[in-house]
Amino acid sequence: MKFIRHHLLTAYAIVAFAYLLVPIAIVIAFSFNNPPGRYNYTWHGFTLRQWQNWDGVPGLKDAMVLSLEIAFLAAVVATALGTLIALALVRYGFRGRGGTNVLIFVPMATPEVVLGASLLVLFLNLGSAVQLGFWTILIAHIMFCISYVVVTVKARLISFDRSLEEAAMDLGANEFTTFRKVTLPLIAPAIVAGLLLSFALSIDDFVVTYFNAGSEITFPLFVWGAAQRGVPPQVNVFGTVIFVVALGLMLINVLLQRRREGVST
Amino acid sequence: MGFLHRHRGLTPYLLLAPGIVFLAVFFLVPLGFLGQQSLESGDFAVGYSFTWAWGNYWDAIHQYHAWLVRSLLYAGLATLLALVISYPLAYWIAFRGGRWKNLLLVMIIAPFFVTYLIRTLAWQTILADQGPVVRILRDVHILGANGRLLATSTAVVAGITYNFLPFMALPLYVSLESIDKRLIEAAEDLYASSAQAFLRVTLPLSLPGVVAGTLLTFIPATGDFINAQLLGTPRQAMIGNVIQSKFFNLLDYPGAAALSFTLMAAVLILIAIYARVIGTEKLTG
Repeated sequence: MKFIRHHLLTAYAIVAFAYLLVPIAIVIAFSFNNPPGRYNYTWHGFTLRQWQNWDGVPGLKDAMVLSLEIAFLAAVVATALGTLIALALVRYGFRGRGGTNVLIFVPMATPEVVLGASLLVLFLNLGSAVQLGFWTILIAHIMFCISYVVVTVKARLISFDRSLEEAAMDLGANEFTTFRKVTLPLIAPAIVAGLLLSFALSIDDFVVTYFNAGSEITFPLFVWGAAQRGVPPQVNVFGTVIFVVALGLMLINVLLQRRREGVST
Repeated sequence: MGFLHRHRGLTPYLLLAPGIVFLAVFFLVPLGFLGQQSLESGDFAVGYSFTWAWGNYWDAIHQYHAWLVRSLLYAGLATLLALVISYPLAYWIAFRGGRWKNLLLVMIIAPFFVTYLIRTLAWQTILADQGPVVRILRDVHILGANGRLLATSTAVVAGITYNFLPFMALPLYVSLESIDKRLIEAAEDLYASSAQAFLRVTLPLSLPGVVAGTLLTFIPATGDFINAQLLGTPRQAMIGNVIQSKFFNLLDYPGAAALSFTLMAAVLILIAIYARVIGTEKLTG
């Protein structure tokens, strides 16, 4: 009985993983599809043409470049702002701490459509002073990334041994040196995680961007537009590249973590 | 650094200031503007003016309650499905994953590495009328000869479930993984059957993960309009679709703003009820 149950759960896990991974396999497979018309919904045979002709769809590359630029800038700014907030929250007691925690939590608990709509209303009310486009997208992305960075870095700050910092101070290091030589290296993995997370959130965002993009077109907005008239297979090529790069970074992170843990034990 | 030494109490505020000011200006202030907009009247051509037009809220509820209820229902169903699907999976990784845990976790969040819209389009392919799933379901007579999946509520709920599943699975895993295995062994030593040990020890200890996961899935799902748009028809439209079209097609900003706030209020009320039922102390951790 126990034997059956044990293996039942494993079998279930395999089915569940298949459910999670099959759509990804389809995205990748259809980047090699050879559809006769505009619609890339049914399988017509293997070809490398879409990969060789990856730049064959007008506007697609520009949209991708814009998404990468915004994701990079949003990740850097949100990680800087979020890390500072996390340091203040974990390392200092101060008035207004509860309120700060709420302000960090609420954006994550707000439906995206409300986030996007409220920012759009702000920009519209500012009138001609604000032109919807690159900067409004960037501001929106920084806004929704900050909370996730705070949560990520906070978790790391709470978990590490405070006595290391105290030891550095006892040995005569001032606050700044302690931060630079002890705290920063210890929370570096969390800062990198915050950067990667923000980058991923930004490059994938559709809803908030849709509300605040004006006439600019990011990669998800391009896909949305294309979905109305038939998505070219090149979109799958780009989707596959993003997937492989993200997965690669994630696996490197896992391996590094394993190595670090291997050294420390 | 001399200034900082003399005013040590200032340091946390200096660290907070840039990020908090940013969030205040681009999160709180916009919500205020949205609130103001929701009470305006007039029309796009002439311009809107603030008149305490509470009628916008009445219109939002009166005209669009069907969309609101459908959104909450779809989101609720998807949350429940995601919980049922990912609990055993998270359990399996936490208790049987061994040294492969981190790798298996990467597999759980792998869907997030494919652009949201692209993975939803992949579901279009999977559920298409000529696709294998529909063919099999027709062959075994679960679907009628002309039955379809695409453009139905089933497809929309399935899409939402898939897209938000990692939000459910990750907190579940974290709470299951942190359970002290000796507690379960103790229960078994004391002659609890493994079912009893699960129900009386593992499940209660994993509740914080269940709560976090359901909230993280339910809240974003209520506002989603991509799945309804790509996998459904206007008959499956959710409140997000209405807000979107009021903003961009009808240019009815006050109406859209009132609907956004109504959605937020509905979500907050449901969360409050949920917190009541499950106990607030479990909500906060």
